[in-house]
Amino acid sequence: MDSKLEFNGFHTRSVHAGARPDAVTGSRAQPIHQTTSYVFEDPESAAAYFNLQEYGNTYSRIMNPTVGALEERIANLEGAVGGVAFASGLAAQSAALFTLLQPGDHVIASKSLYGGTITQLKHLLRKLSVDLDFADATNLDEWKGLIRDNTKLFFGETIGNPSGVILDIEILSAIAHAADIPLMIDNTFATPYLCRPMEWGADIVVHSVTKFLGGHGTSIGGVVLESGEFDWSNGRFPVVSEPSPAYHDLEFHETFGTFGYLMKLRAETLRDLGACMSPFNAFLIGLGVETLPLRMSKHIENAREVAQFLSSSSQVDKVHYVDYSSSEQKELAQKYLSGSGGAVFCFDLKGGRDEGSKFINSLQLFSHLANVGDAKSLVIHPASTTHRQLSDEELNDAGIGPGTIRLSVGIEDSQDLIADLRNGLNEV
Amino acid sequence: MKEKVLDEWQDPVLIRSALSEKRVAVVGMSSKELRASYFVGFYLKRNGYDVVPVNPRESEILGMTCYPSLQDIPDPIDVVDVFREPAAVPQIAEESVAIGAKFLWLQFGVISHEGVSIATEGGVKSIVDRCIKIEHARYLGRMHWLGFNTEQIRATRDR
Repeated sequence: MDSKLEFNGFHTRSVHAGARPDAVTGSRAQPIHQTTSYVFEDPESAAAYFNLQEYGNTYSRIMNPTVGALEERIANLEGAVGGVAFASGLAAQSAALFTLLQPGDHVIASKSLYGGTITQLKHLLRKLSVDLDFADATNLDEWKGLIRDNTKLFFGETIGNPSGVILDIEILSAIAHAADIPLMIDNTFATPYLCRPMEWGADIVVHSVTKFLGGHGTSIGGVVLESGEFDWSNGRFPVVSEPSPAYHDLEFHETFGTFGYLMKLRAETLRDLGACMSPFNAFLIGLGVETLPLRMSKHIENAREVAQFLSSSSQVDKVHYVDYSSSEQKELAQKYLSGSGGAVFCFDLKGGRDEGSKFINSLQLFSHLANVGDAKSLVIHPASTTHRQLSDEELNDAGIGPGTIRLSVGIEDSQDLIADLRNGLNEV
Repeated sequence: MKEKVLDEWQDPVLIRSALSEKRVAVVGMSSKELRASYFVGFYLKRNGYDVVPVNPRESEILGMTCYPSLQDIPDPIDVVDVFREPAAVPQIAEESVAIGAKFLWLQFGVISHEGVSIATEGGVKSIVDRCIKIEHARYLGRMHWLGFNTEQIRATRDR
């Protein structure tokens, strides 16, 4: 407190941000506050907490100190003013949407999104009477042309899942802001280690923290972060700026300024949707974030070597990794991702569904499962699993063919990963 | 989008030094419980500051005497915290200088280059487009309990 020293390194912040030694006990590791509720000092304090006049704990559906430590850590790494954690990445997205949308609104989203997100947007938004258009992540003029008076959000992924398409966040945010619309980015695949979308103009960032942030495949979770830069009082967002009937007519943006959207997200949306993160999951994910930069460095190094091996194989049609992509995509990788394409990518086997299935069956070090971003290497066949609910046209739009295989490259030794893949390809 | 402010108006060292003061006049404090100014006055009082509301339309807020202007306050003021439209700031800055305040703290969106110049010339330091409640919560309070980014990296035990 008295010192003027500032510690700004990314590794340092990954280890320390959000987690102070416990003031009462001195515990150095993050304590797991496995409690539903908190004893109030006195009735006045209780009232101040519920009125949001003082930062205080009331009930773990809405806030928890262990979850708070994780929220602050990720917010710090992304350069956000704060974050709110949820039970899953999709719960986080639902809440981000619920907080700023109302019936009659319109959303423009990238075609290159995770299949579960496409399904969520298409069906959940329709039930809420919110219109939706999908636009090409590589043709930003298309987004501009789709803007309507009631458009309330642009939404894309830094690195599309599983297509690997990299979004030009800076240009897209400029198009959004020129129309007083916020840009929401799912940064799950890049993680703040590779890219911090808010530095390029994104207003809201969401994560499935289940993936690289947690990093060990132990816990499902999500987080919504906000830059604090978007002017919610620009006349387009009465749902955020006007007196809220769901919180005794509080005007969230006028009262809390840069914290307004997040306060509403927590005090109303999390309270009402109820998809809170458990303290134990927050503990495990927070432990994972401590080693995020170390793991990501190995993940992306291995991914590049594995992609190189696959591109040289006669059984592989195409490798959808940035090194083998268009010059435009390579430039975007340089601009946003230090030249990397992340550690999750697809390749197309020669042949189709049967060959894909045979290949996956032959692997011994890659685990066949529906997750990514684990320290362990993972493999899946999207057309029959994660993207199964999509039509052929939607599959094509998402860059997925019948023989497409998605890899999540782990932090094992690359020569072992390549040996396993070589053996699998020989079995096809 | 929003009007830009200078980094020197949001210097963490300056902010911490303002927070270490004791007597805070809240100019434009409302008696309505849902207004931001009431939230901030309530919070500062709760956290041990001597809060002095300034509002010509009120006589008492939160049990504290409310004064029509800064110059009507009988005792010295350390920090003048402003919840008014930017056009009102130059006059408030002049009064801050006149009463010997140490800091002029302009809340979110209260941005006045002229007001800051007047304060600076009169020896009053300015903090602009920041919320005193949030900054207190960042450095001394519990903002981190609710997942906000305090930007504080600390591996020592709080004393």
